[in-house]
Amino acid sequence: MKLGRIVGKIWATQKDPQLHGVKLYVLQPIDEAYRAVGKPVIAADAIGSGEGDIVFWVGSREATFIFPDKKIPCDVGIVGIVDAVNSETPASMKKRKNQLIADHFIE
Amino acid sequence: MDIGIVIGNIVSTMKHPAYQNCKLMLVKNVDLHLDPVGTVSVAIDSVDAGVGDIVLIANEGKSASDILKGKQLPVRSVIVGVVDKIRVHSSSPQ
Repeated sequence: MKLGRIVGKIWATQKDPQLHGVKLYVLQPIDEAYRAVGKPVIAADAIGSGEGDIVFWVGSREATFIFPDKKIPCDVGIVGIVDAVNSETPASMKKRKNQLIADHFIE
Repeated sequence: MDIGIVIGNIVSTMKHPAYQNCKLMLVKNVDLHLDPVGTVSVAIDSVDAGVGDIVLIANEGKSASDILKGKQLPVRSVIVGVVDKIRVHSSSPQ
């Protein structure tokens, strides 16, 4: 799964019947520092998220399973609203890596 | 599967039932020099990995559903192991 920010909404009345009643958002994938990564995609929402929310989403075939009762034709599904992101700084990650190398983690 | 490093975690209360009482970790894939590759992903932790651990990540729905004992769950990435040691023979391409 990946992180994302909902940056817009899409309405489409003429669409596949399985998508009726499904909310569609414009989703910008982001990284752990909330920076945009790649281009925005259109995502189906299964949990009642709203515009501006930081969310996490699932892609490819698993996105069709976001609704318990029906499979929908979609490849990006929003599956959770993120309350907090706790992430190490690149500097501390580098320190950890050097420690692992020093401990002969890789032979 | 990929090897990756756990760089943190996320907290989420409003989420799909498949993710209830799951630990959601932030992971970055690493190459065989432990340098991060690509962007961060969210993975369910099933082996009590901690921040800074080098882990084994499975990125496929069927195995994720099997691990979470469900059927057709909207889950792809699951941490399936904590790596203790890696040996790479120098003749193999890095």
